[in-house]
Amino acid sequence: MSLADTLPRRRVWRLPGADGVIPWILPVVILIVWQIACSTGYVPTRVLPAPSDVVLAGWKSVQSGELIRNIWVSFWRATVGFLIGGGIGFAFGLANGLSQLSDKLTDTTLQMIRNVPHLALIPLVILWFGIDESAKLFLVALGVFFPIYLNTLHGIRTVDPQLIEMGRIYGMSNGELFRRIIFPGALPSIFVGVRFALGIMWLTLIVAETIAASSGLGYMAMQAREFMLIDVVVLSILIYALLGKLADSASRVLERLTLSWHPVFQKH
Amino acid sequence: MQQSLRVFPSDVAFVPPTALVEQARTARRLPEPVPTFTSNAGGLSLTIQSLRKSFGDNEVLRGIDLHIPAGQFVAIVGRSGCGKSTLLRLIAGLETPTSGSISFGEDPRAEDVRVMFQEPRLLPWATVSSNVEVGLGRQRSRSDAKVRAEQALAEVGLKEKRDQWPSVLSGGQKQRVALARALVSHPRVLAFDEPLGALDALTRISMQRLLERVWREQTFTAILVTHDVSEAVALADRVLVIEDGRIAHDVLIDIARPRQHGSADLAALEGSILGHLLSAGDDGMDG
Ligand SMILES: Nc1ncnc2c1ncn2[C@@H]1O[C@H](COP(=O)(O)OP(=O)(O)OP(=O)(O)O)[C@@H](O)[C@H]1O
Ligand SMILES: [Mg+2]
Repeated sequence: MSLADTLPRRRVWRLPGADGVIPWILPVVILIVWQIACSTGYVPTRVLPAPSDVVLAGWKSVQSGELIRNIWVSFWRATVGFLIGGGIGFAFGLANGLSQLSDKLTDTTLQMIRNVPHLALIPLVILWFGIDESAKLFLVALGVFFPIYLNTLHGIRTVDPQLIEMGRIYGMSNGELFRRIIFPGALPSIFVGVRFALGIMWLTLIVAETIAASSGLGYMAMQAREFMLIDVVVLSILIYALLGKLADSASRVLERLTLSWHPVFQKH
Repeated sequence: MQQSLRVFPSDVAFVPPTALVEQARTARRLPEPVPTFTSNAGGLSLTIQSLRKSFGDNEVLRGIDLHIPAGQFVAIVGRSGCGKSTLLRLIAGLETPTSGSISFGEDPRAEDVRVMFQEPRLLPWATVSSNVEVGLGRQRSRSDAKVRAEQALAEVGLKEKRDQWPSVLSGGQKQRVALARALVSHPRVLAFDEPLGALDALTRISMQRLLERVWREQTFTAILVTHDVSEAVALADRVLVIEDGRIAHDVLIDIARPRQHGSADLAALEGSILGHLLSAGDDGMDG
């Protein structure tokens, strides 16, 4: 659960200039094989449409404005749900990491709630909120809450006590102690939480939109299934994948910027 | 600084008169960085009276009486677990005495007493110079913080590392940054808890020289806890041996500085202090 886990992924050997290309070789090869398999009729297009058909479906959908609208709706739900759940999780993580009273008061309860798979609440949530926006936001926020809460708490608890003692010796006030030592010390762990939370965010949203929605990417896929538009189904799946990748990249960039001091992120 | 001043007069004899003006200006300019260091009020004296400290049933210090004159360099040695760090933490105000008192010659400001530990305790997410600025205490928000941090870094010979992250420094360099952080507020009492314990022999010796040099320049009162008796006799004016929670031996090291590493006088003193330590250990084993 720490940054060091990302260490073994670092490339040991390098081809000059090829660093950016290598990760994309495999996806491109898969795409080509897929296209050939469909064009030669090896895979019937009723099972899997050719990439070119998917692109075509995408283009049509863009022209009608439907695709952009659905992406925007899903993106908005993901963002707002993430901010609400992540914000509350972060606040509880801070409170319980810094105050024993708060920890005693809430941690046990939160740990109990954590053991309920949040997607199991879907029937209840539909009863409560119907297929309203709030249903999706609630589920996303709930899913995102725990990874951020747990990792913020863990990060704060594992800040080196020797550094905190050093800060006190050098006359830091509580606020300064937090700003200069506790928060930066907890940040790597908080980012681990953010990355986990992003994964859960998309998963929750897909499920929620598939089951209970009247717009969004998941809804688009479900509609397409009813009309047997398999190319649109595949299109929405691919867009989900793309958005997930985008969110992960954004968090990595943020991590790289704020954790530039960390040995893992230093270029040698 | 001292070196350049010492070398200077012999140079003057050989330079043509026109260059003399230039030289004279340099000579006047040379001491300029010093005033911030010499302007501190010197060391504080320290008096400890019947100091006791227990952790639960474990009575670690059992009556320490000690007076350290201002500016003295005192080394504290003793077996592992005898309470050296505890004494140091009491002096630095990190622990409260069970009974007894610790008083300084004058009431110290928070910045007047500084500690340096075996671990450098640098903030990994702050650059070397920000780490040193931490040492300014409440004065770190002042506008001259950067300049003072840089001066302190220059003092320990690490000015060119000021924008680096601590993770790229060697162990000895990290410890020098920690020293700069301790020095930057011009403390009047500086307590060291085995600051060189984790360093290799060569780095240790150069760090010892550095410690001695800054102590002579800044005239603070130095209290050094160490496992290494040869380090104690090489650096200190006075070596205290702690046994059974008390000061068992108080040895004056009356040898002129700069001291020669491995000289016969130092070796003799080292031998006798080691003798004290070992005999105390044997008693401990038997009892
Ligand atoms: N915070 C504490 N709580 C309980 N016991 C403590 C605490 N700090 C120190 N002690 C005990 O006090 C005794 C002296 O510890 P101290 O760290 O002062 O020894 P030391 O002389 O510095 O040893 P070393 O040379 O190994 O560093 C030890 O028995 C230790 O267990
Ligand atoms: Mg110790």
